[in-house]
Amino acid sequence: MNTESAMPFEYNQVHFEELKKQQRKKVFLKGLLFLLPSLLLFSIFIFYPMIRTVYLSFFLTNQAGITTVFVGMQNYIDIFTSPIFMKSLTSTFLFVLFTVPGTIIVSLFLAVIANEKIKGIGFFRMIFSSTMGVSVAAASVFWLFLFHPSIGFFNKILVTFGFDKIGWLTNPEWALASVSLSTIWMNIGFTFLIILGGLQSIDSHLYESANIDGAGFFYKLRRITIPMLSPTLFFVVTVSIINSFQTFGQIDMLTKGGPSNETNLIVYSIYREAFVNYQYGTASAQAVILFIIILIMTVIQFKLGERKVHYQ
Amino acid sequence: MRMPLSKKISLYTLLTVSAFLVFVPIIFAFLMSFMNSQDAMLGKIIPSVWTLDNYVKAFERLPLLKFLFNSLMTSLLIMIGQLVLSSLAAYAFVFLKFKGRDALFFLFIATMMIPFEASIIPNFQTVKGMNLLDTYPGLALPFLATAFGTFLLRQTFKQIPKELKEASEIAGMGHFKFYLTVVLPVAKTSLVTLALYGFLTAWNMYLWPLLSTTNDHVRTVQIGLKQLQSQETVNQWGVVMAGAMVVAIPTLILLFVGQKRLQKGLAEGALK
Repeated sequence: MNTESAMPFEYNQVHFEELKKQQRKKVFLKGLLFLLPSLLLFSIFIFYPMIRTVYLSFFLTNQAGITTVFVGMQNYIDIFTSPIFMKSLTSTFLFVLFTVPGTIIVSLFLAVIANEKIKGIGFFRMIFSSTMGVSVAAASVFWLFLFHPSIGFFNKILVTFGFDKIGWLTNPEWALASVSLSTIWMNIGFTFLIILGGLQSIDSHLYESANIDGAGFFYKLRRITIPMLSPTLFFVVTVSIINSFQTFGQIDMLTKGGPSNETNLIVYSIYREAFVNYQYGTASAQAVILFIIILIMTVIQFKLGERKVHYQ
Repeated sequence: MRMPLSKKISLYTLLTVSAFLVFVPIIFAFLMSFMNSQDAMLGKIIPSVWTLDNYVKAFERLPLLKFLFNSLMTSLLIMIGQLVLSSLAAYAFVFLKFKGRDALFFLFIATMMIPFEASIIPNFQTVKGMNLLDTYPGLALPFLATAFGTFLLRQTFKQIPKELKEASEIAGMGHFKFYLTVVLPVAKTSLVTLALYGFLTAWNMYLWPLLSTTNDHVRTVQIGLKQLQSQETVNQWGVVMAGAMVVAIPTLILLFVGQKRLQKGLAEGALK
């Protein structure tokens, strides 16, 4: 009796296992199918280019970009002994140093004042986010005018107050700062929107109980807003740094890397090396350096972020 | 909560001054686009005579309409591609449990750390090798798959109750049908957010269109504006500004209409 009843049970068990395995295989294939389009494009346009860039950086190429001679580390030695590339690196780091804190401080300020629930606040939020809707090309044209040596707005103000005119984009001492200023403006819209979203998700009870305790504005800012906002700020800082390292459009439109390579930021340098000078090897070596810098930045951000960020 | 009047006044002052400072470059450009060249040369801020000449000239000098159309096609292509690909991928990450899924998810995260700007050389060669330079697919293809979009939709899909999936399984509904008839309609708001974001960023692209287009048939409006600006002669600022307005106004309107939705969506996709 016992064996009789055990038999079909065991048979069922095996059968069930078999079915489960089949089922799992099916789900696996389905999963791949859903992911396939993205994975395919990522492979072609992100992963393969990265490997290919590293590969190209060890070669000399002809004008069509076909590898000719393997040169090992020579391209890297060349770029690191090239004063132009070293200057490009310095300018890029300075540019990041100017634009990231600048963008975040201004956007945080705008988000804090736009987070009050008062009449007409929607209009102000619209204005503050507006620069996100302006393309790099259009924004660059606006700023080209503001910086214009004779009819530009900035110099008109200077003249009105009795100062000398400044060659905002042509004076090597000012060019990088000017480009940074316009970049901060271009980045405000996006950063503002993200920070405002972060502010709005902070529990209002925290403020209410602080108000009951009679806490002042700056106390609340320091003790509630900033800590509760830290995941948002963390995200915004990471994205801003990465974006800053990738700046291209405004350089191409405003300064073309000049004056005397003062604003020759790394992506512009790569572009010029590859598509103007046709030196794909050294351009790729520069691109690899950019990969590495961004990788390091992201890792540092995550390591610091883990410790410092307060999650709700 | 009521606010004391003094605080209200200072807040409005602060808001107004900030709004003016943020918006002033756009206002200047807008005013200048209606100015004759004399006013522009004199450095006037408000035109003495309002004229549409600059717009007429901008459209005469360059095939701006064609450029606008090219930008529209490219942006729509990217937008639709991103919606389809991200929603498919997000579906797999939420509703399909299989071995290796976490590894693939990590691969998606990794793509965010690889800057497109650093891989332009092979990408240019690839697209050239596919004979896709100077075509809409060539402009759009590298941007169709997006990790950001996938994360954004994944957050929304996760909120769909598990019971719904179970019920659909009992009803004998397959994954693809469930994705089409249940998941996509439920996630409509997020899809609109992603569409908005995708369109906006695609419209504003600069480096890739600069590299991958060489003639007016496919050139986007951003590169058209660069052309217009580089042809600029001393007294033609109004024309350039008119061009810049033509480029910026479509996306500005889009942003103003969708700002609330975009803000909510971006916060969700970025932070959770």
